[in-house]
Amino acid sequence: MSSPAPLHRALGLTDTELESIREVLGREPNSLELALYGVMWSEHCSYKSSRIHLRRLPTEAPHVLVGPGENAGVIDAGDGIAVAIRIESHNHPSAIEPYQGAATGVGGILRDVFTMGARPLAVMDPLFFGELSDARQRWLVEGVVSGISGYGNSVGVPTIGGELTFDDCYASNPLVNVLCCGAMPIQRLVLGVASGVGNLAVLLGSSTGRDGIGGVSVLASAGFDGADGAESLDDAKRPSVQVGDPYEEKRLIEACLALLDDGLVVGIQDLGGAGIVCATSETAARGGVGMDVDVTAIPLREAGMAPFEIMTSESQERMLAIITPENWDAVAALCTKWEVRATIVGHVVEPSIDANGRSVAMLRVRQGFGGEVLAEVPASSLADEAPLYNRPMARPADLDAIIADDPSDDEPVGSPNDDLLELLVDPAWVYRQYDSQLFLNTVVGPGRDAALLRLAGPGLPSSERGVALSTDSNPRWCALDPRAGTALTVAESVANLACVGATAKAVVNCLNFGNPEHPEVMWQLSEAIDGMTEACVGLGLPVIGGNVSLYNESGGHDIDPTPVVGLLGVIESLVAPPPGWEWRKGDDIVLVGARHANSHYRFPLGGTRWATRRGRRGGHVPYFDAETLAAAINFVAGEVASICAGQASDVTAVHDVGGGGLAVALAEMVAVTALGVEIVELESHAELFAEFPGRFVVATNDVQSFIARAELAGVPVVPLGTVGGRTLRIGSMIELSVDEVASRRRGALEESLAAVL
Amino acid sequence: MARIGVVVFPGSNCEFDAAAAVTRLGDQAEFVWHTRTDLDGIDGVILPGGFAHGDYLRPGALARFSPVMGAVERFAATGGPVLGICNGFQVLVEAGMLPGALQKNRGLTFLCQPTTLVVSSTSSVLTRGATIGQELVVPINHFSGSYTCDDETHDELVRNGQIVLRYKENPNGSRDDIAGVANKSGNVVGLMPHPERAMSALLGSADGMVLFEGFLGVKVAPFVLAH
Repeated sequence: MSSPAPLHRALGLTDTELESIREVLGREPNSLELALYGVMWSEHCSYKSSRIHLRRLPTEAPHVLVGPGENAGVIDAGDGIAVAIRIESHNHPSAIEPYQGAATGVGGILRDVFTMGARPLAVMDPLFFGELSDARQRWLVEGVVSGISGYGNSVGVPTIGGELTFDDCYASNPLVNVLCCGAMPIQRLVLGVASGVGNLAVLLGSSTGRDGIGGVSVLASAGFDGADGAESLDDAKRPSVQVGDPYEEKRLIEACLALLDDGLVVGIQDLGGAGIVCATSETAARGGVGMDVDVTAIPLREAGMAPFEIMTSESQERMLAIITPENWDAVAALCTKWEVRATIVGHVVEPSIDANGRSVAMLRVRQGFGGEVLAEVPASSLADEAPLYNRPMARPADLDAIIADDPSDDEPVGSPNDDLLELLVDPAWVYRQYDSQLFLNTVVGPGRDAALLRLAGPGLPSSERGVALSTDSNPRWCALDPRAGTALTVAESVANLACVGATAKAVVNCLNFGNPEHPEVMWQLSEAIDGMTEACVGLGLPVIGGNVSLYNESGGHDIDPTPVVGLLGVIESLVAPPPGWEWRKGDDIVLVGARHANSHYRFPLGGTRWATRRGRRGGHVPYFDAETLAAAINFVAGEVASICAGQASDVTAVHDVGGGGLAVALAEMVAVTALGVEIVELESHAELFAEFPGRFVVATNDVQSFIARAELAGVPVVPLGTVGGRTLRIGSMIELSVDEVASRRRGALEESLAAVL
Repeated sequence: MARIGVVVFPGSNCEFDAAAAVTRLGDQAEFVWHTRTDLDGIDGVILPGGFAHGDYLRPGALARFSPVMGAVERFAATGGPVLGICNGFQVLVEAGMLPGALQKNRGLTFLCQPTTLVVSSTSSVLTRGATIGQELVVPINHFSGSYTCDDETHDELVRNGQIVLRYKENPNGSRDDIAGVANKSGNVVGLMPHPERAMSALLGSADGMVLFEGFLGVKVAPFVLAH
């Protein structure tokens, strides 16, 4: 007969961690204090397994105003406008309750952005599911998409893009990442810092309930360990998923931005994972001041909640503002107008002095202001001083064998026509459900290489600039070579931005990996961070924020390493739309960029969508070569930027060659234009489907002039063919009618979702 | 220069965009908070899109009780031009200022996409500058946009020329492809598509311009009540 686990273990703390807590406090922690450490030292809040690796990422550039570690990264976008960006995961909640999991993911990321003073202007959602032949996956897709749609549309922030990936490795552990970008007049930038002894901590927004208690420790920092992953997903963990209220959030956004505009707050912080304890300890630690929280002052949704529940609840749509006492009346009046509840729940107090005479910012939880002290811990010990782990790493023992099994060598050609049709997917079924146009900024919306927005919004100085956003990932590459795969993913993202004329300015990342207690997963994570570092240094990009989601596993199987790159770019003059994918009759088609991969093979098929569909998951990943990539990318970005600035050009269409390779890029352009194309004979079958970044399909109505400009820039150009007719023809390998290409692409997703059970 | 009141309910979210369309054409936009009970000095009223009061109940079902709606009704009764866009249309229907009802889209999903509208009547403050049969590319963005009404109401709408805009290809199952209707006098108009999102070629279409020009022409050429 086994005795019940000690409390600290039930709260997710190890014996060594308990020992550290005893050391910090110089005494035995009480159970409330243990609960606070349990959530704050969770993997989700503390990054304890990843932090030592994340330090290697480059984070600085002259235009970076706020780097990693704050609620969102911020850059100076010019014209007096600062742009904030943040990416997060909501994987585990979405696996259990797809609608609310995805919805509250949107709500959380918005708060991260408006807490900086920025109005959220755009959301993007990279989504990863298992194959749609499985009914559970169809349920997840529909739930997640309607959750994003239901919350995002109602709260009034456009969803302008994302990604949609189907792979069996996500069957029991879907990934729901969400990126938000916002903008502010540069002087409104504000940080989540408490200061000024005597100031008030005011809780804004929703009441606090029992939803989401232990979300960060129960859900986000543990895998789904049932033998059949899906079995363990359901009932027991569902109460840890929060419930979203977009109407509350909308009023909260307007009230908080108005408070900032009126200069009524000293500091402001959102309540996300780990709720009140996280917001109060982080603001106090950053400001080096103490904070007294009255646990009885917090408005509750239900009676009988214990202090640990109140302090750690992840009830949504709440913010913590630090204000001076003189401003309380004005704050209360403004919140009344927006029907937002405002309650004084804490006081900023002097730091305490410890036995060695050092000043320590203490977080005290009290029963009434001046009442009994229920918990008293150094704020920074919760917020910043979680133990850091250098967990064991090991290259997977079977990786060499997997790499050696390269489909470029021996995978039969099969039927290129059928293969191409099966690789075509139009994600319109998803993005049609998202308001992608609110605020009148969306020049290029979802479903293209990158999204492009006017840099405009309520309260912003006027500007002719635009911002571009893209999210990218390639778990197929990263499974084979996480370092090169991640570097190439960054390159792919920069190439996507070039298609809308933008210059990349900053990276955010969402690192979705398996169980960090598996040495192979830690090796993948470390390699991916090195790959991202290599690419960002090579391409001159700072990483200004990120999120690490670990324990993405079920039934003992880790997901493929899935680092998602979110890229923010700027275009200086946006007065005309970029060319897009729509070529015209008679245009010449050229391939811009290196024709052959820098790899074991001229046209590598390892890690391609083509090979993966055939069950071939091995092979070599191309090398990352910053110089060659940058030349092609900068040339294309410059060509498109001049069009956006209103200059005449012979370029009529531009499309990045990405997933699915050259054949898919051409077919997508055929589908959206409903015009055929005649392409020359390619070098080999593999050239149709090989994937490596830095290549673009460009349509031009003056091919001589275009080639001359490319040559001047030192960028290779290969003439591919001419637009016209009703057929997509690629040499002797592909011959498909325009209608078939268009209808297969349009119907692919809806048909899979409608599959009969 | 016309002074246009853009009504803001908590949960509205297209108020900035509606105001931008007004100012783009040289007129003045003024936000009218939902608790206001007068519209003094206002030449026209826009109820913008969004999710007034959260719309957890039927869209518009709560907003019709906001204090401002009494003022909007009085304003409309004296011939003042009132335009409801998307959620604003839903509010006008719930308030009984326009006939019919809006139910969930045929496919039971939210739809954000461009549509082609065909002008069906020019006897309204919104369509008076357009020509019958004119095609306008204007996006939709709604979950509950499928217009419905009983046969009697439909006959009356047709007879009076109150159906002002129809979809060329029906996206949501609306009866008779109806995208927008006017009251009998033509001074109150509601439509599900968003003309304020079609005011610039940079964003894909400037076809909403002719509609806003008609609506904002109120000062230069006051709209004459049909009856």
